Amino acid sequence: MENLNLFIRSIFVDNMIFAYFLGMCSFLAVSKNVKTAFGLGIAVTFMLVITLPINYLLETYVLRAGALKWLGAEFADVDLSFLSLIMFIAVIASMTQLVEMTVEKYSPSLYSSLGIFLPLIAVNCAILGGSLFMQQRGFDSILTAGCAGAGWGLGWLLAICAIAAIRERLAQYSNIPAPLRGTGITFIVTALMGIAFMSFLGIKI
Amino acid sequence: MAEKINNRSALLNPFSKENPVIVQILGICSVLAVTAKLEPAIVMGISVTAVLAFSNVIISLLRNTIPTNIRIIVQLVVVAGLVVIVDQLLKAFAYDASKQLSVFIGLIITNCILMGRLEAFAMANKPWPSFLDGVGNGIGYGIILVIVGFIRELFGSGTLLGYQVIPQAAYEAGYVNNGLMILPPMALIVVACIIWVHRSGNKELQEN
Repeated sequence: MENLNLFIRSIFVDNMIFAYFLGMCSFLAVSKNVKTAFGLGIAVTFMLVITLPINYLLETYVLRAGALKWLGAEFADVDLSFLSLIMFIAVIASMTQLVEMTVEKYSPSLYSSLGIFLPLIAVNCAILGGSLFMQQRGFDSILTAGCAGAGWGLGWLLAICAIAAIRERLAQYSNIPAPLRGTGITFIVTALMGIAFMSFLGIKI
Repeated sequence: MAEKINNRSALLNPFSKENPVIVQILGICSVLAVTAKLEPAIVMGISVTAVLAFSNVIISLLRNTIPTNIRIIVQLVVVAGLVVIVDQLLKAFAYDASKQLSVFIGLIITNCILMGRLEAFAMANKPWPSFLDGVGNGIGYGIILVIVGFIRELFGSGTLLGYQVIPQAAYEAGYVNNGLMILPPMALIVVACIIWVHRSGNKELQEN
């Protein structure tokens, strides 16, 4: 039940885009039409669901102060937490590479539609941000980490699809001042959506 | 002589014409998240400049030995190593600032400015121009950060760097801080206004 709450919180209240502004670069760059935005959203969700539990295991059994106790008593006070940034990004980068190779082998059609975005995901702040939040909040089980990852991923997917749909219409039907066209108006629309999403802040679940 | 002009444009272009934030649209995440106050914005600007300059130099020195298939992993590891150093330095000498920035120091690793500059510049140029390019882009990023931080702290809390700027008499006369400025969405609107002003002056940057 607690995990379900966390899942829903992660989608709406702690939304990666509108509450933390993570993954903005690809959010702004790849939101010109709904189809590609959806593909990227799926890829991000997938990576978050995979990397968060892996990084949780790393954090619990290798990096945290005293985490190496299972190796023997002499390792009980080793603290490797200063290495966590490097370990997390290495996991993310290698998982990206692995997923890319797997998808290429078993589902070439999905690969050709996602192809260009897959390598980009390694440098999407939302993925590393998820792992860092996991570390900061001290999640207590692998399932919790998985649920949070799925929630953050779906929240990101929701956000990028919504903005892509709005941008498609904006480009066709509105007369925006020339200096604001493209990037500028996307910023403002995102800000307005962010303010709308703040209404979720008051909800206690 | 030709090289000198080149170095110069590598350093100066990112300030305005090729500004990483408002023209190349890179590294937006941190611009929005750390600019509610001026001080963390300055610390963040300096950290990013340092990491960007040195990772540019390192990658540029290694550029002929990195196999293309695994270059992203190599770049990430170099950047991550530098960010760990910055993180530890901040924890040692500026603990309050590091607490305020929390995960965003770690997120310098995935700051798109870094990957963008490494891919676009350092992989193809000598160390010295790469260093200048790194410093230039870092400062270009820092300028935007400081402008946004300045506006948000001044109107949001009436202070600058923690000091009271708007006089007490103004509050007694009925002036109220704009609470909306503290909220993260306002950073987007402030950046949008900067883009608006900047593109009105640089017509060639406008999109159709």
